[in-house]
Amino acid sequence: MAWHQQPGRMEWLFVAPAVLGLLSFVLLPFVLAVVLSFTNLRLGSPLPTEFFGLTQYRRIFSDPAFVHALQNNVLFALIVVPLQTGLALILALLINQPLRGRVVFRTLFFMPVVFPLSLVAVVWVLLFAPGTNGTLNSVLDVLTLGHWQARDFLHDPHWALPAITLTSIWQGVGFQMVILLAALQAIPAQLYEAARVDGARHWQQLLYITLPQLRNALIFVVLVTTILAFRLFDQVQIMTQGGPQHATTTVMFEAVNTAFARQQVARGAAITVVFFIIVLLLTVLQRYVLRHEKVVE
Amino acid sequence: MSRPRLFTTVLVYVLLFSLALMFIVPIVMMLAGSFKADARVLLEAGSWRGYLPADMGLQNYRDVFERVPFLRYLLNSVFISTTIVVAGLLVNSLAGYALARLRWPGRDSLLLGVIALMIIPLEAIAVPLFYEVTVLGWRDTYLVQIIPFIANAFSIYLFYAFFIDLPEALEEAARIDGAGPWRIFFSIVVPNARPVFATVAILTFLTQWGAFLWPLMVTHSEDVRPLPLGIAAFYTLPPLQWGDIFAFGVMMVIPVLFIFVFFQHWFVKGVATTGIKG
Repeated sequence: MAWHQQPGRMEWLFVAPAVLGLLSFVLLPFVLAVVLSFTNLRLGSPLPTEFFGLTQYRRIFSDPAFVHALQNNVLFALIVVPLQTGLALILALLINQPLRGRVVFRTLFFMPVVFPLSLVAVVWVLLFAPGTNGTLNSVLDVLTLGHWQARDFLHDPHWALPAITLTSIWQGVGFQMVILLAALQAIPAQLYEAARVDGARHWQQLLYITLPQLRNALIFVVLVTTILAFRLFDQVQIMTQGGPQHATTTVMFEAVNTAFARQQVARGAAITVVFFIIVLLLTVLQRYVLRHEKVVE
Repeated sequence: MSRPRLFTTVLVYVLLFSLALMFIVPIVMMLAGSFKADARVLLEAGSWRGYLPADMGLQNYRDVFERVPFLRYLLNSVFISTTIVVAGLLVNSLAGYALARLRWPGRDSLLLGVIALMIIPLEAIAVPLFYEVTVLGWRDTYLVQIIPFIANAFSIYLFYAFFIDLPEALEEAARIDGAGPWRIFFSIVVPNARPVFATVAILTFLTQWGAFLWPLMVTHSEDVRPLPLGIAAFYTLPPLQWGDIFAFGVMMVIPVLFIFVFFQHWFVKGVATTGIKG
């Protein structure tokens, strides 16, 4: 155990590559984001870089395009989080039944998760195709017995964001389903046996055993989905490019356009700092709610 | 089977089948469309014919190779993703092991640091990282798509959590036999840690295979661009030919589907692990 006692270089060699990587490509850029956001740095600008105080933050929050993007993200989260969590819960509950072919169904629901978002976005552009030939348009036509008026979902300001929402749920719901399924299977069987002895019905078991037992997993899923909702980018870039009429711009879409298309690095950095604060608040909220729960128990 | 029980079972199956339909329709449409003349794909998108393959054979697949450097995109994606997975497994498992087992000054603060870094998503640092790699002169290379993603706080944490729970007896025995930490790690710990290696490998591969935002920011030549940028470019390349696009899509997703079918157990386990960590 000689090497165990003396703190030597050996141990540092184990962590050195990882530490070097995290310092250079996570911590440094993170610090840089904060520092740059207080400057006026622009790529290729002849002006010298100088301290700018909170100007960039003041600018982005008085920029209607950014505020609109932030609103879109909030709206997107408000639609996607309950729908995706709800659907994931339904799928997990269905698959958790003792049925034939449950593995096949699980595979099917999970499969889109391995599809790259860029590919999913392109495929769904066709599903949302305008005119009566479009897949969704004809499905809705049949479902409404011919009362549906075919529309161009991705070029309609009212429909573009819901269309992206549907695409995102299709691709991502299997992820939440698997997490909830694992939590479902961790519920002790005795709880249900006891309930059955007491004559509890199915829906009572669901309401008084399953859902309370899933509480932590549900909180986790809701917050992860919310964070993912604020990261929305790929689908927007491919399906709508933020349009029509800025109906689908997002915080990340704005950050990328500001920093690259317009070369305003400092302003882009300020946007990502705002983005990080949102993620941080959501994470702290999650930790707080979960810790709070443990204290109550 | 009692009446209500039968009713429930039928209801569950009806629900499952209709939901399954929603999941399979886009996939079947892509597959069928990849064997169809481009004009027919759009024309039949709303009818049942959209889900039947047609007589085009592999023409669309041939077109993909003619119209874009598909093979190049594919090789780039394979090279970038596998390099990150292999290097990442080595670097992060060593760090996770050192944090879980070895004793050295600063270990506890490093562990806290790793946990804190886990909550920083790539998006939050994308802009300054872009500036950093510009200063380094790394733009438009493989390097810029690989190096920043090898060390990963979440992977380190997964390894750490696994090693903490691993019984120490075997390592203890080897230590008494005089084996040093490197030998213990590679000949005893690694062979006993296959589940966590599989989980981390799959999660990393999945993320990197789909990477879009970062390559879009830092690359512009087709020599180094991966598949997701390839399909995005292909989709905007006139004339818009859906058959070709779907053929591209099928070829793009086959490698992951292949891995998915064979390692499904680990995929599902890997994702479930991310939930448990919360």
